[in-house]
Amino acid sequence: MPNRKAIVMGLYLLFLFLPIYWLINMSLKTNAEILGGLTFFPENLTFANYVTILTDPSWYSGYINSIIYVTLNTIISLTVALPAAYAFSRYNFLGDKHLFFWLLTNRMAPPAVFALPFFQLYGSIGLFDTHIAVALAHTLFNVPLAVWILEGFMRGVPKEIDETAYIDGYSFPKFFVKIFMPLIASGIGVAAFFCFMFSWVELLLSRTLTATEAKPIAATMTRTIGAAGVDWGVLAAAGVLTIIPGALVIYFVRNYIAKGFALGRV
Amino acid sequence: MNKTDNQKAWFLVLPVLLLVAFSAVIPLMTVVNYSVQDTFGNNVFFPAGLEWFRETLQSDRLWGSLGRQLMFSGIILLIQIPLGVYIALNMPKKGVWVSVCLVLMSLPLLIPWNVVGTIWQIFGRVDIGLLGYSLAAIGIDYNYTQDALAAWFTLVLMDVWHWTSLVALLAYAGLQSIPDAYYQAAKIDQASRWSVFRYIELPKMMGVLMIAILLRFMDSFMIYTEPFVVTGGGPGSSTNFLSIDLVNIAIGQLDLGPAAAYSIMYFLVILLISWVFYTVMTNLDRQEGQ
Repeated sequence: MPNRKAIVMGLYLLFLFLPIYWLINMSLKTNAEILGGLTFFPENLTFANYVTILTDPSWYSGYINSIIYVTLNTIISLTVALPAAYAFSRYNFLGDKHLFFWLLTNRMAPPAVFALPFFQLYGSIGLFDTHIAVALAHTLFNVPLAVWILEGFMRGVPKEIDETAYIDGYSFPKFFVKIFMPLIASGIGVAAFFCFMFSWVELLLSRTLTATEAKPIAATMTRTIGAAGVDWGVLAAAGVLTIIPGALVIYFVRNYIAKGFALGRV
Repeated sequence: MNKTDNQKAWFLVLPVLLLVAFSAVIPLMTVVNYSVQDTFGNNVFFPAGLEWFRETLQSDRLWGSLGRQLMFSGIILLIQIPLGVYIALNMPKKGVWVSVCLVLMSLPLLIPWNVVGTIWQIFGRVDIGLLGYSLAAIGIDYNYTQDALAAWFTLVLMDVWHWTSLVALLAYAGLQSIPDAYYQAAKIDQASRWSVFRYIELPKMMGVLMIAILLRFMDSFMIYTEPFVVTGGGPGSSTNFLSIDLVNIAIGQLDLGPAAAYSIMYFLVILLISWVFYTVMTNLDRQEGQ
């Protein structure tokens, strides 16, 4: 039995890794070798494609831009979602169920519907091509998701803890930060992971809302398609480099994922 | 948990309300506004009534895209949900391998969507891609830029590659929450593998599976970047999904009125289907609570 399980997992992971391996393989080849024929290993190992990217400011500034707006978005989303999720998990109030569903509908809103209105909205208030514009635009789908995840975690914390803290003379903000937040730390970790993930991978909105100053790395990649055709090597190298931040984040939150997934809703 | 009535809770929700109102209600109102107006440029608008809605509903374009979209979402749900559950059942339960599997499986989820498109665009090419080359080598006529069937095959395979891990991770979380006592009881009863799955694992996973179905449905219904990079909606319009079609109308042709009417109907379809899912989900939650 354990062998069969290992084979299934092995095959699945192989399926996940072949396309990524192919990208890495290509990023280490010269264009002549890529177009010359199919090779499973780079014959003339070259790092020239990576050097091109890492020495050109218009390439690496894309990374910095992406990381700035993703971080901003995660902070904004969690800050507003925490109190709201607490309210949903603890209290009945007028219109709470409708409000909750309305929030979720924003997670369902196709970015394509919002691209043009966002462009005009942020243009008219002078925020076009800034990091904060992209961060705010991404709250459209990240805030509802964060509220949803956190509410699930908060429901698992017994209400008696709140009541005891109030009897002990804690004010609400003090109780929330000192006692409640540590209790749902893994939930906050999971919510932050998902906010990071969806903001990092989204391209339609971030591309529409930026021109040069805040252009994300993923949009920079279209530059490889020039007059002389596609520069496959550089394109592949850029792709490999965009995978790295995600891989790092997963590595750091791996214990949270294992624990967090089991406790929460997402 | 029984909740207390407290109208002051609104103050806690207020920041979310203001933020989402700013980034959702204002743009949505703009869309509604465009959908009932016409323009000859220069920012001069005049009311057009329901003309755009009538025109969009009568054209084959919306219905064609909607049909393709429903088929795509249907196919990927049918593949990803069972496959994800199967993978979750085969994942190790304890030890170092758990972390290894979790990390490796999450990787496709954190690749920017246009890079996912790029990876498969390269991978499927007959001249330089492993998949395209191997298929051609064993004599299958495969060319995703010319043949509609091959294009569909590539897109479905790409989505399965991209998102099955999410379903598997959720199902795995559901499995982890089952106490060992359940399995011991099943062993004493000499329950078969199938009945353990059917009567213990599946009911316990139902909650997270509904979330997985809801998330996968919503996201596959809004898919834009990946097929845009791989096929650009082609060959012909065979992979022209709703979002691709909408962006073509809105930004490609700058037909704001029809695009807005299209947007509203698109959103309503998603809303309707998601509402059904959500109702089923909350009912399941309530049954579990009892």
